[in-house]
Amino acid sequence: MNPLVCVKRVVDSSSEVVLTEDGQGVDGRFAGFTTSAHEECAVELAVRIAADQGGGATVVTLGDADAVEQLRSALAVGCTAATHVLVDAQSLGPADVARELAAVVRDHEAAGTPHQLVLLGNDAADSGDHQVGIRLAHELGWPVVNGVSTVSVSDGTVTASGSGPDGHETYRVPLPAVVTVLEGGVEPRYPTVPGRMKAKKVPIEERQPVAEPVGPARVRLVLPPPSPSSVEVLGEGAAAAPAVVDLFERLGVLAR
Amino acid sequence: MIVVLVEVSPAGEAVETSREAITFARDLAAAGGGIPIDAVVVGAPDDSLVTVLASYGVRRVHALTGPAYDAFSGAAWATGVEHVRASAGAVVVMASGTPRGNEVLAHLGARAGVPMAANVVSFGGLSPFTVTRQVVGGAALEEMQLSQRPALFTVAGHTVEARPADAPGAGEVVVETPDVPDADLVARVVSTDEPEPDLSGTLKSARVVVGAGRGAGSAEGFDDLLELVDLLDASLGVSRVVTSLGWRPHHEQVGQTGSRISPDLYIPCGISGAIQHWAGCSTAKAILAINTDPDAPMVTKATHAVIGDLHEVVPAINAEIRRRRG
Ligand SMILES: Cc1cc2nc3c(=O)[nH]c(=O)nc-3n(C[C@H](O)[C@H](O)[C@H](O)COP(=O)(O)OP(=O)(O)OC[C@H]3O[C@@H](n4cnc5c(N)ncnc54)[C@H](O)[C@@H]3O)c2cc1C
Repeated sequence: MNPLVCVKRVVDSSSEVVLTEDGQGVDGRFAGFTTSAHEECAVELAVRIAADQGGGATVVTLGDADAVEQLRSALAVGCTAATHVLVDAQSLGPADVARELAAVVRDHEAAGTPHQLVLLGNDAADSGDHQVGIRLAHELGWPVVNGVSTVSVSDGTVTASGSGPDGHETYRVPLPAVVTVLEGGVEPRYPTVPGRMKAKKVPIEERQPVAEPVGPARVRLVLPPPSPSSVEVLGEGAAAAPAVVDLFERLGVLAR
Repeated sequence: MIVVLVEVSPAGEAVETSREAITFARDLAAAGGGIPIDAVVVGAPDDSLVTVLASYGVRRVHALTGPAYDAFSGAAWATGVEHVRASAGAVVVMASGTPRGNEVLAHLGARAGVPMAANVVSFGGLSPFTVTRQVVGGAALEEMQLSQRPALFTVAGHTVEARPADAPGAGEVVVETPDVPDADLVARVVSTDEPEPDLSGTLKSARVVVGAGRGAGSAEGFDDLLELVDLLDASLGVSRVVTSLGWRPHHEQVGQTGSRISPDLYIPCGISGAIQHWAGCSTAKAILAINTDPDAPMVTKATHAVIGDLHEVVPAINAEIRRRRG
């Protein structure tokens, strides 16, 4: 069992987001880059499934040369092979990404290392398209389970579950299948020092895209207008407590 | 024609985010010179659901029925929605930006080979058809052109307020039993555990809500926050990080994918104020942010703030309240 897990290099958006000058992307030069939270969980699940079933998890990314960092991170926590489609990720729309991933799946199958299971994040932290997994499944003609947080495999069947609008839902789907993962079901492990050392030595398969991208249907990115701040700072630390309770009294929210 | 996929709660009601999507659709319909709006629901709707949808301006309610719809399958729902779209010749298909909405429309996009825009917050114009949607978790917006037909998009939660139409629609019910291929049913829900009881009622109606985010640090980090809840006779509301880490149950989540609250006072502690969280609390009359980071969006958007570690600030507030009570 050799699951494929797809990760994306995204700008760390926990602090202020800055756009590139042409308004076509997010500028990560100051904020730094990371792997989407959903995908960190997908990597963890892929590594566990591979260990459980006897096999190795392959990680794939589409991105520029720096995206190799995301591949090395996944290798450091237990993936055993990596594929890098060298491309400017910003030039791709969700349909392009799905097509390139499908080409990787088909080529690996032809090379004798088929992936019966492909795991992806439910949606990328930057583009938030919510559709790459489904488009990939459509390309491959495989079933797809979306937005689950636990995934396991036994006897050629994937069991996956997550919270749905009416309760906790379970799916059972025969392989091959595509599954998109939401964070929350597993705690991604941290890389160990030996894990990191080993990851440095794994050869990475480098590929070129198989087709001209159609591109995202993007006109431009814009930042939402900043709202003028009129915050009254009541103080710092524990010393602010009397001012806070004064506020409670003024607002009349202090239960008697 | 515009088709809106409407999600129905176990109690048979159109969920709020779907009513928001229809409200959004009305602006689009008006811009298009009064295009009719049809709804698709899964299962047979009861009269009160039809009445509500009609009050939102829905012309027809297409009810997808048959064994293929007994359990959720994104592919089968997409087949049903596509059946309605094709037979009615609709040019726009919309849903709310919920997991179901995004999933079903993504299937439609993949099948038709057209783009799908998730989490739209406004539309810019009809020719070319442009929408603006949230990206980077809402920290940025993307203008997107949906020039192919059908135009597919989902509406981000709580970007418009659900409100009935000035002129109700006919609300005629059409039962649809489209053929659903077996392949659509391979990935379908095989079991659903007892739904958690909806405990969000007190949160939505509370006068004071104490909020807690990643800053709480762990499931054990809530003791002082819960004491403050108690002292203020408040409710606890949390960020998604807190529910996805399993520190607190989902029904306590505030935001786009949680509850929308409008208390007299919201006290978000250790919550950054990401736009999806803000969507659920922006209508609070006053906000007191407690955060170590003076530049956190929640702090800059709040009416009042204390800069500091919630594990120091909250116990001090609790002690001060107890002291004043004597
Ligand atoms: C489609 C979608 C839907 C979403 N829906 C929701 C939703 O409904 N609700 C929601 O909340 N989120 C939602 N999110 C997630 C959202 O984008 C943020 O990731 C989330 O709200 C962040 O939670 P947080 O503020 O607790 O954590 P963080 O962003 O990690 O922020 C933690 C904050 O705590 C502060 N802090 C840390 N330690 C302390 C301390 N000891 N004392 C005081 N302050 C401290 C930090 O300065 C920081 O500001 C959604 C995301 C997406 C993509």
